Amino acid sequence: MTMATFMQQLTNGISLGSLYALIAIGYTMVYGILRLINFAHGDIVMMAAYFAFFGIAVFHIPWYITFLAVVLLTALLGIVVERTAYRTLRDAPRTSILISAIGVSFLLENLATYLFSGIPKAFPEFKFMTTPFSVGGVLIQPLVVVVPVVTILLLFVLLFIINKTRLGMAMRAVSKDYETARLMGIEINGVISATFGIGSGLAAVGALMWGMKYSSIQPLMGVMPGLKCFIAAVIGGIGNIKGAVLGGFILGLAEILLVAFLPSLTGYRDAIAFIILIIILLFRPMGILGEKQTDKV
Amino acid sequence: MKRILAASVAAVLAIGTLAGCGSKATNDTSGAGSADGDVIKIGIFEPLTGANAAGGQLEVEGMMLANEMRPEVLGKKVVLVQADNKSDKAEATTAAARLIEKEKVACILGSWGSSLSIAAGDLVKTNKVPAIGASCTNPLVTQGNDYYFRVCFIDTDQGRIVANYCADNFGAKKVAVIQEVSNDYSTGLVKIFSENFKAKGGEIIDGGSYQTNDTDFSGILANLKSSNPDAIFAPGNYTESAMIIKQARAQGITAPFIGCDTWETGPFIEVGGSDVEGAIMTTFFDDKNPVNDEGKKFVEAYNKKYPDKQGNIDSVAALGYDAYMLALDAIERAGSTDGTAVRDAIAATKDFQGATGAITINETGDADKDVAIIKTVKDGKFTFLDTVKMK
Repeated sequence: MTMATFMQQLTNGISLGSLYALIAIGYTMVYGILRLINFAHGDIVMMAAYFAFFGIAVFHIPWYITFLAVVLLTALLGIVVERTAYRTLRDAPRTSILISAIGVSFLLENLATYLFSGIPKAFPEFKFMTTPFSVGGVLIQPLVVVVPVVTILLLFVLLFIINKTRLGMAMRAVSKDYETARLMGIEINGVISATFGIGSGLAAVGALMWGMKYSSIQPLMGVMPGLKCFIAAVIGGIGNIKGAVLGGFILGLAEILLVAFLPSLTGYRDAIAFIILIIILLFRPMGILGEKQTDKV
Repeated sequence: MKRILAASVAAVLAIGTLAGCGSKATNDTSGAGSADGDVIKIGIFEPLTGANAAGGQLEVEGMMLANEMRPEVLGKKVVLVQADNKSDKAEATTAAARLIEKEKVACILGSWGSSLSIAAGDLVKTNKVPAIGASCTNPLVTQGNDYYFRVCFIDTDQGRIVANYCADNFGAKKVAVIQEVSNDYSTGLVKIFSENFKAKGGEIIDGGSYQTNDTDFSGILANLKSSNPDAIFAPGNYTESAMIIKQARAQGITAPFIGCDTWETGPFIEVGGSDVEGAIMTTFFDDKNPVNDEGKKFVEAYNKKYPDKQGNIDSVAALGYDAYMLALDAIERAGSTDGTAVRDAIAATKDFQGATGAITINETGDADKDVAIIKTVKDGKFTFLDTVKMK
């Protein structure tokens, strides 16, 4: 393999990894606070992509307004899902809420199939993001640089919110023990709504990047990324935001580098994610950056 | 309040999941009687959702049009029953079983996508319900199955034609092949193409493989770029193929892309945009030059029923039309809807005038066709390029 090919593969891996990272953050935030794996997260990504498609391709709203509206709308969708499907089950056994999450996932998929048809739609093209430029024989799309930068920026914003603001403090308190947090006068419903809003907003950013990069959207587009980003969150240590980003990058790079070095195994690239998951669960179940947890009896 | 909310959410969820399943009858007489009652049911077995949905829906358009033009056989009304196989091999057997066991259809039409047809093959055979594929080209669909037929040519011919075209018209010496490993259609074509191209003295490079529903192909394409092929043969599902071409162009791969019949579907151009300009594919039918009167009749009726598609009729719609017409012709010749009798009638088809040309069913259950059409994408439209003789 030449140096140029290797560098090309490395940039491919990093850009795929940062997409995974953006979506994985949403999983990890919700898990951190509710101990819930939000299976509908991948489908929220899908809905965000459709919002953007309708804004730009159908209603011809300028892209910057659309993007902002998509993030807000998706955040709202996340909050609505939490209010209707999860909050009502707050005191129910955890399994019920998990099944409710799977139900929401199916609901969104079928709703999208019904409303938007199963035929793939072309995501609007952004030439300034996709026209490649050359750096030492490596062709790079501007998007490939933009995605990791946006991911890292958002990570810092999020860390700031969690560590330095009152809302963040409340989030941390709720994630430690929400009964006690409630006793201390924290309005936990508001905090949980905010968590879903932020997580879904990040998913929307992920969806916009995903749409620009892969240019095709369809109702089941969220399923595989959803699973992989969940795996990314587990690898990094579920509940830990830096871990989710790290897990995303590891997964993206592992997938692309597998293809690069062992081309005969390309058919198994989806399997690699699950193999990594199994290894992590066997040898370090709390994930790379996760902390050991002792369950309260 | 909470309880009401929870109940309504549960109800919405239930409706949501139910909406996804269930076969729907396209005519208003659904459920009225079975095959030997006052209507004759014909099953449409197609992907209406999922990765292959666009292809499936086009075939359904052709079948519905044919149903409008010929709504009766043996003095009974024909009812089309749709079953969505969801572009998924496991769902395909469920959908086919529903058509056979619950709807008791006289004949099954479809499916777009050879893998889906192959998945239903055993059910069709053991239950003795004849099936007619419209555009499933993989040889395995009809191989060893007396009850599966088709109205299109097969990949053994298609792969050979593309290989010859690459070598003769393109002067290509080195061709990279990319295959969709989870798709029997794609792997079959790549194998046939490679054998024929090597026989002509060409060199084949393994350009890697991918799975249905993959979105990121940057890895295999970066590897492929360094091998610098004259052309790239990448038969597969239209969405994935269009994305491959797009991502290849973004990585600076300029070699022409060559594919087969599945590419001739609207979303291929929608998703691929300007990047798929110049892509070349083999296909079944050219609406600008229908080969017979039935073809002209079809083009006229199709343009009337779907005026917004004027000037761009996909081949698979014509094949869907032919599959329906052939089924009715066979039922009429058999004089009953008995599975074995209809099967024998289909097998005995000779010079049946379909929209895509004369159809004679040979001993393997495939249609003997005399020509294949080669098209390219030009100015965002599938444009006729060449006609190739089969023999």
